[in-house]
Amino acid sequence: MNWFTKTFSSTIGRKIIMSVTGLFLCSFLVVHLVGNLTLFYKDGGEAFNIYSEFMAHNPVIRVMEIVLVLGFLFHIYDAIVLTRRNKSARPVGYAENHPQENSTWSSRNMGLLGTIILVFLLVHLWNFFVPARFGGLEAIPDKDYENLYAEVVKAFQNPIYVGLYVISMIALAYHLIHGFQSAFQSLGLTHKKYTPFIKTFGVAFSVLISLGFALIPLYFFFFVKL
Amino acid sequence: MAGSNPNAKPMDLTLKIWRQKDKNSAGQLVTYPLKNISPDMSFLEMLDVLNEELLVKGEDPVAFDHDCREGICGMCSLFINGRAHGPERGTTTCQLHMRHFNHGDTITIEPWRAAAFPVHKDLIVDRSAFDRIQQAGGYVSVNTGGVPDANEIAIPKTIADKAFDAATCIGCGACVAACKNASAMLFVSAKVSQLAMLPQGKVEAKTRVENMVAQMDLEGFGACSNTGACAAECPVGISLDNIAMMNREYFGAKASSENV
Repeated sequence: MNWFTKTFSSTIGRKIIMSVTGLFLCSFLVVHLVGNLTLFYKDGGEAFNIYSEFMAHNPVIRVMEIVLVLGFLFHIYDAIVLTRRNKSARPVGYAENHPQENSTWSSRNMGLLGTIILVFLLVHLWNFFVPARFGGLEAIPDKDYENLYAEVVKAFQNPIYVGLYVISMIALAYHLIHGFQSAFQSLGLTHKKYTPFIKTFGVAFSVLISLGFALIPLYFFFFVKL
Repeated sequence: MAGSNPNAKPMDLTLKIWRQKDKNSAGQLVTYPLKNISPDMSFLEMLDVLNEELLVKGEDPVAFDHDCREGICGMCSLFINGRAHGPERGTTTCQLHMRHFNHGDTITIEPWRAAAFPVHKDLIVDRSAFDRIQQAGGYVSVNTGGVPDANEIAIPKTIADKAFDAATCIGCGACVAACKNASAMLFVSAKVSQLAMLPQGKVEAKTRVENMVAQMDLEGFGACSNTGACAAECPVGISLDNIAMMNREYFGAKASSENV
């Protein structure tokens, strides 16, 4: 192995990849939520459909989509490699262990939370991304964009989807509450002046982003009818 | 005896202790009733009492690590009731006193659990992985010659304090024992930071962090999940800031050193 692959396959190197991809995925969440806010316009979905048409066909977005997929893949791959390593570092466990005395639940269960988010992600892609990208949306007469909004309305009449989405956003909140500040720690970006702010901001960011996403299925389930 | 409480009543305990004949044998928790334990005893003195009873009965005494018994050598270990060095924070097992337990308690005592710390016998684990990490770079090379004047090298007080805080690590391995990943990051980072902050240590800083992290990975310790369990259970309060500093040092070294 050369120095480059050695660096990024070391325990610290992999954590650096986890941090960088994690923060990149956080930036994606912001863009995604801001775009999705168009769902709340009371215009029968016009703003949202124009926005989704732009996201589906703009060449810059196309390129970023590949970067985004790579971000997810690296984050997930390194999580699996690190988890396997961490499990093998303690082949025999304790008969009695009280980790709740020294660490938070979310910090110890990032893999579980991440797996819930991954399952959600696959369902979510199946619900909206696949029809939007590969066809299956209904056309709107006299418009050059299709009706993804109708898919959203339809999906969120189903209480199973609404429940899955809301539970997944709770998992996302806990994943981010630990992950956001943890990324800065892994990258060595700690400072007496700024770290308290990063920690507070991280919690606010995690709660607001997850709440924003969770409100969408709830809004359509309770207030928008087919 | 200074600090002893004449009103403290002796207590009866039930101990569940990990017994393992040697490295290659399977082990198990064995239950021992123990009576008349003074609350003024240290935890290790309580085990001494048990061992005396076992010897009288002709049984094999429980093997456990200990040396200075004043909290500075890092030799004692023990995972007590699900916590490294027992329930008290900032305390080594030798400084843990029986007054923190109650009459009638059942106490579970296990060795540190990590692939890199194989059990030798009973509660003794082999911590030589830490020695090999230190040998990989946890030192400053000094050439012999004339003795330099004291205080010739100016070191800011804040830096000297931080380096000293990192240097208080006694290498007991509680960080590894408490970490869900059996990661040695806190130990290694304390050793890396302690030297990286001081001018004498900066000379070899890049090679040091590269070699020590490589050895840490080779020994089979886990990665860091930033749960903070290590710092919470550390008997001398080594800070997580050291891990951040080591990561900075490591990445900087990997990017700029000439070790290809």
